[in-house]
Amino acid sequence: MSFLAQAATPQGVGSPLLNISIFAAFVVVTLVVVFRASRSNRTAADYYAAGRSFTGPQNGVAIAGDYLSAASFLGIAGAIAVNGYDGFLYSIGFLVAWLVALLLVAELLRNTGKFTMGDVLSFRMRQRPVRAAAATSTLVVSFFYLLAQMAGAGALIALLLQIPNSNTVGQGIVIAVVGALMITYVMVGGMKGTTWVQIIKATLLLIGTAIITVWVLAMFGFNLSALLGQAVEANPQIQTSASAAPKELGERLLIPGLQYGASTTAKIDFLSLGLALVLGTAGLPHILMRFYTVPSSKEARRSVVWAIWIIGIFYLFSLVLGYGASALVEGGAQRIATAPGGTNSAAPLLAYQLGGEFLLGIISAIAFATILAVVAGLTITASASYAHDVYANVIKKGQTSPDAEVRVARITAVVIGIIAIAAGILARNQNIAFLVALAFAVAASANLPTILYSLFWKRFNTTGALWSIYGGLASCVLLIVFSPAISGRPTSMLPNVDFHLFPLANPGLVSIPLSFLLGVIGTYVGGKQPVEEGKFAEMEVRSLTGAGSEKAVAH
Amino acid sequence: MQATPEFADLRRKLRRFVFPMSAAFLIWYLLYVLLASFAPGFMAIPVVGNINVGLVIGLLQFVTTFVITTVYVRYANRHLDPAAEKIREQIEGAA
Repeated sequence: MSFLAQAATPQGVGSPLLNISIFAAFVVVTLVVVFRASRSNRTAADYYAAGRSFTGPQNGVAIAGDYLSAASFLGIAGAIAVNGYDGFLYSIGFLVAWLVALLLVAELLRNTGKFTMGDVLSFRMRQRPVRAAAATSTLVVSFFYLLAQMAGAGALIALLLQIPNSNTVGQGIVIAVVGALMITYVMVGGMKGTTWVQIIKATLLLIGTAIITVWVLAMFGFNLSALLGQAVEANPQIQTSASAAPKELGERLLIPGLQYGASTTAKIDFLSLGLALVLGTAGLPHILMRFYTVPSSKEARRSVVWAIWIIGIFYLFSLVLGYGASALVEGGAQRIATAPGGTNSAAPLLAYQLGGEFLLGIISAIAFATILAVVAGLTITASASYAHDVYANVIKKGQTSPDAEVRVARITAVVIGIIAIAAGILARNQNIAFLVALAFAVAASANLPTILYSLFWKRFNTTGALWSIYGGLASCVLLIVFSPAISGRPTSMLPNVDFHLFPLANPGLVSIPLSFLLGVIGTYVGGKQPVEEGKFAEMEVRSLTGAGSEKAVAH
Repeated sequence: MQATPEFADLRRKLRRFVFPMSAAFLIWYLLYVLLASFAPGFMAIPVVGNINVGLVIGLLQFVTTFVITTVYVRYANRHLDPAAEKIREQIEGAA
């Protein structure tokens, strides 16, 4: 039982100094790029949408950078390493979701809007209420997503810098440094700088994972079956806690059901999660905003195509990474599950096993860069939504200059950054998986129905939009609060109290159809709106042909 | 402009492609999720060596995603873009 002995003394690996130096090099390079990019930041379109001057492929790489968060990079590889096939299921949902964005949303949205989701809705509806609603759901989604990323940073620090979870001050300082860097990127670089950070990060991430993937496959003579066989053989069972009975792994690593197969409720829960993943992506505000950084709808299409290929190939790599980690890391799934940072440690441990301290240093730096870049993307989206929708159009009723608006956006970015740092320190030891799932569920329930209705349905009106956004948002958040993710189970956020009423940890199965339904009911309650329908005609022509859409800024 | 036959034609071309295609990939994805959660025995049937039905269907999801992407881009380049461009030129030329 040698693996139990190892499990008893979980150790960090690698050299923190090396990890920090490689990461520092990334920071220096990106800061230079951001400062150079900031020189051409003049107008609101520059700050929010990078002057709409990125090409499709550039934006596609940046989308991949925005999308492949630490949850994707570390989380999925770790989930596959420990839960086998069920980890793979996540990646498929995350990928297939892009077809919704490609076929139904990206191009039409690019032609219709300016900077935010609120622009699209207010094209034909009453400005102030729909902008306020769109900004509310944008801020909620961004907040949960931010929280998950910052909490993930804590877990990563524990592993890579060997600062244990008990050292609140040490971890807090590192989270604060991450937050301060992110604020700098957003404040100085605006969308252009942030986009370059995403491009650099996505490129590094792909190269890093490609190297490990080829390395792992080469060790098995490029025979996937042999790799799977080794993973099965190396992990007969796993002991997740000292008191619990060991869980059988072995062959089960290759079959669905290890994580979600225990009961019918768990299976329905998985269905609910699957629905949220596939419908959430096209409602994520930081992804939607990326479509405005290109000059035309055709470029928006090209950027989604690039993103789909990059993301798809990345998830194929992560399949090899995950099974590779359980097959090759000494101590296998057991060691990964009990290492500092938990299952997130799979990819870094695999890197250490293969290439020693140096490869670990590179992978660690990429993981940090990932968190930093995603957090920056979220911050610029949330600040744009507040400044453009709430400040300029709801509070000032459109009577404000673009300069003042951008100033407000910059201030908001600082405020959001500080909130994210504080929340990240508080949420350090929380289970972050449900925060990400919640962000996707809120995006799928509050944003997607309204976006689709307003692009495709003539009769849709302000009342319908408000019912759908607020109804989807409220039902989603309430169901989460009363779910077993928050209370009543040993794995809950608050394990010692029990006020859970709803059996599923993921609300999507209920809240997404409900929001679609509320959109219809609200529309009929609101009655016929001839003015809004008239504007729909104009909007439809613009969305399909691009006539009158926002053009690139020429410098 | 929205009432012209050219625009109606463009809209029909777009919807005729994206609606059925979206329905198809969503059903295919949901079928996969349902199989994974309620038919693990089926997914466990070995195909080659340690590679089982589940892994093959999972990888097929990647393949269909890539294929649909490529097919849509070809369709849009051939049928949607020329029609959209013509209408856009008419509008912006008139303005």
